Amino acid sequence: MKFSIYDFSSFTQSIHELLTGVMSPTWVFITELAIVGLIFLLFYAVLGLFLVYLERRVCAFIQNRLGPNRVGPQGIFQTIADLIKLLFKELFVVKNADKFLFNLAPFVVIIASLMAIGALPYAKGLQALDFNIGLFYIIAVTSLGVVGILLAGWSSNSKYSLLGAMRSGAQIISYELSVGLSLLAIIIFAGSMQLSVIVESQANGWWIFKGHIPAFIAFVIFLIAATAETNRGPFDLAEAESELTAGFHTEYTGIRFAFFFLAEYMNMFLAAALATTVFLGGWMPLHFGNFETFNRIMDFVPPIVWFFGKTFVVIYIIMLFKWTFPRLRIDQLLTLEWKYLLPINLVNIVLIAFLVLMGWHF
Amino acid sequence: MSSESLILFFILGLVLVGGAVVFSTFAAPKSWNAAKFQPYECGIPVKDGAWTQFNVGYYLFAIVYLVFDVEIVFIYPWGAVMKEVGMSAFIEIVIFFVILGLGLAYAWKKKALKWV
Repeated sequence: MKFSIYDFSSFTQSIHELLTGVMSPTWVFITELAIVGLIFLLFYAVLGLFLVYLERRVCAFIQNRLGPNRVGPQGIFQTIADLIKLLFKELFVVKNADKFLFNLAPFVVIIASLMAIGALPYAKGLQALDFNIGLFYIIAVTSLGVVGILLAGWSSNSKYSLLGAMRSGAQIISYELSVGLSLLAIIIFAGSMQLSVIVESQANGWWIFKGHIPAFIAFVIFLIAATAETNRGPFDLAEAESELTAGFHTEYTGIRFAFFFLAEYMNMFLAAALATTVFLGGWMPLHFGNFETFNRIMDFVPPIVWFFGKTFVVIYIIMLFKWTFPRLRIDQLLTLEWKYLLPINLVNIVLIAFLVLMGWHF
Repeated sequence: MSSESLILFFILGLVLVGGAVVFSTFAAPKSWNAAKFQPYECGIPVKDGAWTQFNVGYYLFAIVYLVFDVEIVFIYPWGAVMKEVGMSAFIEIVIFFVILGLGLAYAWKKKALKWV
């Protein structure tokens, strides 16, 4: 079995051959699904817990506090302890709530984020779903998450929940336009929606560098819009603690509440990973024109390290947004989208189309 | 993996949430208290439910959104072939965006983009 940290395609291929040697094609298919499923389940849970821990540490760092530091070294097991606590908390449904929809909401939210995360390219040959409409698929699936939020808010029959869900609806439908249009910028550059093709097209330079200023504008708009899409501060109107207690998940308890929390963090990861894949070269190492030695050293770092390194840098930036900017009012939020980001985006698309037409990008 | 394996991620979500909820239902303690099952309203007595007539303040935004979202669905395939088609694709998108921009300007002027 050949294993290389730089290219996983031969490794997965050899696993496939090993399995076909032992059993029939149907069973090979099922076993592979089971393996991939197990890996993703573990990845999803561990990464979600780690992100919650990271957020608390970053928050503490900015507010000049210590943050969780008792459970395990540097408090790294704090969120695992929290998870165990939440698992043993009573699950109850408010009287007069719509019980079926109330139970359904966490499923919708989690499934939407899981289905999107499966389509990301983590390294060369390490991508579960590689569609030719990859980017479009991710946008389509993530926008299903808002259905879960609306269900949660409406079904709990509580005023805070309803208000939170309605705000979230306004916010997500507005900012989805900006997410879609800023990603379109790179689709025009790369000439494909397939995520693996987009990553390959950045082998000689990331789009944020190759695409001149328009690509940078698209990147900034994407960061703002994606932060708003994931309901994170300063756009966290849907769960503004000081106004709506906990917003759409006020009435949720125990592990059901934990799933809303988990989905929020995984959506943040998804936004950061998408920014990485599309604008920052995915798992491609950083290359500078003709500096041969520098490029060789960069090539030595495995792609998966590049991917997660860049993703966590973007996540850190998104976290800084939350802990440094005050929350926006809903009319400010909608003004920002409809009167600033959307017109800028439309002009930007025309500019990029012109750049590509003239062949002025590298 | 082929696109049939999309179903895998659906099942994964079901297993993850379903498993945890089922475990929690059996493992967690239960108690009954009339006040506990009321929706949270900062401690004051709850008045009526939340399912009453509700002013959806972003009704006009939602209509403008629909226009733009359908437009994005159209532009995505255009973006993918822009490089190959070249000049004619560029001219078409400029015309398309001018019409859209006029629509947005109209909505703006009619104060549809103002929070009420």
